[in-house]
Amino acid sequence: MAPPANRRPTYSRRAQYGTFIRYVVAFAGLFAGVLLLIVSLGDGASFAGMRGAASDVVAPAGQVSAKSRAETRGLLATIGGFFTYGSRVARMEQELDAARVALAEAEALRRENAQLKDLVKLSQVDPRALVVTRLIGSTGSSTRRFATLGAGAQQGVRPGMPVRSPAGLVGRVLETAQSSARVLLITDSESIVPVRRARDGVAATAIGKGDGTIQLKLIAQGINPLKPGDAIVTSGSGGLFWPDTAFAVVASLTPDGAIARPLSDPGSTNYVEVQPVWIETAIPGAIPAEPAPSGGK
Amino acid sequence: MPLTLPAALRELGKRRINRVPSPVLAWSVPWLLVMIGSLSPLLPLIASAPVVPPMGFLFLIAWLQLRPGLFPVWAGLPLGLFDDLFSGQPFGSAVLIWSIAVIVVDFVETRFPWRGFAQDWLLAAAAFAGCLLGGLVLANMAGGSSGVLTIVPQLIVSIFAYPLAARLVGALDRFRLIPIREL
Repeated sequence: MAPPANRRPTYSRRAQYGTFIRYVVAFAGLFAGVLLLIVSLGDGASFAGMRGAASDVVAPAGQVSAKSRAETRGLLATIGGFFTYGSRVARMEQELDAARVALAEAEALRRENAQLKDLVKLSQVDPRALVVTRLIGSTGSSTRRFATLGAGAQQGVRPGMPVRSPAGLVGRVLETAQSSARVLLITDSESIVPVRRARDGVAATAIGKGDGTIQLKLIAQGINPLKPGDAIVTSGSGGLFWPDTAFAVVASLTPDGAIARPLSDPGSTNYVEVQPVWIETAIPGAIPAEPAPSGGK
Repeated sequence: MPLTLPAALRELGKRRINRVPSPVLAWSVPWLLVMIGSLSPLLPLIASAPVVPPMGFLFLIAWLQLRPGLFPVWAGLPLGLFDDLFSGQPFGSAVLIWSIAVIVVDFVETRFPWRGFAQDWLLAAAAFAGCLLGGLVLANMAGGSSGVLTIVPQLIVSIFAYPLAARLVGALDRFRLIPIREL
């Protein structure tokens, strides 16, 4: 149906101007959106203050929802546990016997390792968790992959710090507010992490694909040595991320590398820890072997 | 199956003589629902892929089609601004996309005033496709590099979530118009 020729609802001038001004404001809003976009595309951190304040305000609600996420998962696991109790006890007893043997061997290896380290005067610094907290939200409806952390500048969280869960690397802190922080997840298409194969150290860079998987690009060109199932850990080169943090498992191969699945599923982790930045604290004054990974503003 | 209100709420609206809906409730419920939808990044779900439909946008489109003229045609500006605070998209993208959506729905409303739910759903599906595609393009301009296929699952979920959102909006529409204020 064609719109009526006369769009004036009434003879009142006031009402007619009101309708007109509403449309003027609507199109002004459209152009305001364009302007805001130009500013924020020019400098991604330009509205960080506003975003941070907003996420600080809603952080308590996020904490509650994060807690309920953990409890729901726990409840389902408990119910499931009743049905598989007997077989699991039997299996665990077997595993316990095997583990006792492995533990004894590991103890011997540890001693030997310490002796060898003393020999070459190598000091290993383990990353100490700066803050242990929860992920209280994520941008599930955007193609960008950010999560919100339940700790911020007050707890000592600074931009650039790596975030990991017990299962592996989760991402790094992008911007901080007073009591919350925004984390760039490793699956975001702007996240670049230097990694290597755990077994032999084949170096690669890991770039998120935005859909929950990670693209591994080998640094050395040539025959692709990766195999599905290979474990990938961070290499620590370039600083920022601590070396040997569990990262991903190769799922399928591509001509220049592989597609990998991240080991840490941020949705199923209860707590994450924020670590200090690798170079600054571990080897004071060390010069990075290669420029720091770009990405993120 | 029509949604029935809880008994306490039904009692609330029983006495209708000499009563009108509360203007505060009638006015604030639509805006609040869209803003609550925009808070969906706080859901107890940490997604490693975009799968959650844009809830705020879903509710906005549902309200626009259920009650044309309830939201002013400039509603995309304030609501989009609020959505941008939490969505993770580059700031201003929801202001732009939501403003365009409200203006387009207003245009369709004057051209095709009588629509069935199927046409509403079709328009909503087109709006979601435009919103998600626009959001993808803007996010990629801001430094991302995701492919178009990334948003396909989310688009499908959004399209199938629309009837549910329309149901919820319909129920809240009845709730906000319960005559509780005595004249």
